[in-house]
Amino acid sequence: MNASPDSTNSAATALPGSSLEVSGFRVRLTGFQLRLISVIVFFTAWQIAGLIPISPAFPTFTATMASMFEMTFDGTMIAAYIETLKPLALGVGISATFGVAIGVSMGLYKGSRWLFEPIFVVLQASPVAALIPLITYAYGIGLTAKTIAVIILASPIIVLNTYKAVGNASPVLIQMCCSFQGTRLQQIWKVIIPNAAPVIFAGLRLGVAAGFIGVILAELLITPTGIGDIISYNRSIANYPHMYAAVLSIIVFSAVMVGLLEKAEVRYFRPEKKRGN
Amino acid sequence: MNQAVHLPLLDEATPADPTSNIVAVRGITKYYGTDVHALENINLDFPTGQMTTLLGPSGCGKTTLLKIVAGLLEATSGEVFVKGKPVTGPGPERAFVFQDFALLPWATVTRNVAFGLELTGAPKKEREDIARSFIDKVGLAGFEEKYPHELSGGMRQRVGLARALAVDADVLLMDEPFSAVDEQNRRKFQEDLLRLLSVENKTVLFVTHSIEEAVYVSDQIVLLSPRPGRIHSIIRPELDRSESPDDIRRDKIYLDTVEEIWGNIRKYLE
Ligand SMILES: Nc1ncnc2c1ncn2[C@@H]1O[C@H](COP(=O)(O)OP(=O)(O)OP(=O)(O)O)[C@@H](O)[C@H]1O
Ligand SMILES: [Mg+2]
Repeated sequence: MNASPDSTNSAATALPGSSLEVSGFRVRLTGFQLRLISVIVFFTAWQIAGLIPISPAFPTFTATMASMFEMTFDGTMIAAYIETLKPLALGVGISATFGVAIGVSMGLYKGSRWLFEPIFVVLQASPVAALIPLITYAYGIGLTAKTIAVIILASPIIVLNTYKAVGNASPVLIQMCCSFQGTRLQQIWKVIIPNAAPVIFAGLRLGVAAGFIGVILAELLITPTGIGDIISYNRSIANYPHMYAAVLSIIVFSAVMVGLLEKAEVRYFRPEKKRGN
Repeated sequence: MNQAVHLPLLDEATPADPTSNIVAVRGITKYYGTDVHALENINLDFPTGQMTTLLGPSGCGKTTLLKIVAGLLEATSGEVFVKGKPVTGPGPERAFVFQDFALLPWATVTRNVAFGLELTGAPKKEREDIARSFIDKVGLAGFEEKYPHELSGGMRQRVGLARALAVDADVLLMDEPFSAVDEQNRRKFQEDLLRLLSVENKTVLFVTHSIEEAVYVSDQIVLLSPRPGRIHSIIRPELDRSESPDDIRRDKIYLDTVEEIWGNIRKYLE
């Protein structure tokens, strides 16, 4: 095979934004193309690993994709996502709303810090999977228990990030706001919270990712439903392509959600980042 | 020929005179905690429409004094009067220009300049029109929609100045406004500032480390001693401001005043 202007293979080693020579063609790669290439490389490696195979329980990429299509079109996947998304959306929504509110109040008021800091520090430090049986004991096996599992995983990081960000708000900007006779409320809304937004959003992204862990853990440990059910059922009947398809789909879904959150952040809170610096 | 004039030092008993002195500082002493004695019994008048510079060694309490006048810091004892009224906090007749700019990184130049007006609840259209006119006056036309990180240090300082001018305060408090600016731009900025102030009719309290800058821009220079800051002397360089900037800098009074201040500062450096 001789080298062609098609850059997919040789370009994989190119550095971001660099241009490279392929058979005399100068190719400039955009960030999107580079990302595409790294995805292709990953799936190729997966395919090869599955063909060897590195383990009898490791399917090829193509077999996994076939399962993915099969489950998508027979409705299994959609039904599963509806099931999984209920506790996830509820839990993440509650964690984000209350987590940011609690974190902001902790950053602003000593009393709130005194009340909440120990709770969330302990929650963050504890092995949460071990708490899930306790949740089942207290709340049964329904939606409530799963939602609580999501909240337990997602909220500490959201609360603690928000608290740190608000507590470390720039004293210079606060003083500036005072010097122009800003009220305490204006100071909070127009200076402290926008100033803290990048770190709050970093916490939200981590919180959403943790929420996914929470919901899958709940579906594996409490009652098998949704995506967790597809994973555990297909593992028990050794249908590995189906199992991997479910795992892959939830990873992709989680990554897309986190990416969308980042887009929303830049769009609504960080206009200065919109122009590629 | 005029000579630099030395004024008699005020004492606490001298009444504040709101007609010719818009700001009066009476017996200000400041301790940080119990150990750090920053200022000791400062008595000062700031004549309306004039530029007063605070000059003194690092750590002598210049920023502290400026922030007490701004109402951002509380004095341990003593009082500040603005237009005859005692200061209890920040007020609309005073605007602060911060040494490190204090711009909102997430806001455009226009919103930053309009921020003081935004806080008073001025309608968006009105405050943005005012902001644009001041952006123009400080020489930043064309940068209205830029963000602070897209500007140079000197341009950011101009944004800070425009923001202070936009609220139309009578007194501008400027803390080392040119420290982030290189020497050429600094001179240009000094001239721009003088030109701007001659039209805007503001009273300015200006902190600097540069003797040349102080003599060049000031009507009145307050020389502070090392910590705890006390007034060492007050000097009024009677320069002929109608001369060109280069002529002023070659003027004998200018050079003598710089030399004299140097002499004083050298004394307490030993
Ligand atoms: N918040 C504070 N707590 C304790 N000490 C302080 C505080 N702020 C200032 N000081 C001390 O008070 C003294 C005066 O500080 P100030 O910032 O007013 O000096 P300055 O004349 O502005 O100095 P510079 O020229 O370096 O800006 C310094 O010795 C400083 O260390
Ligand atoms: Mg200072």
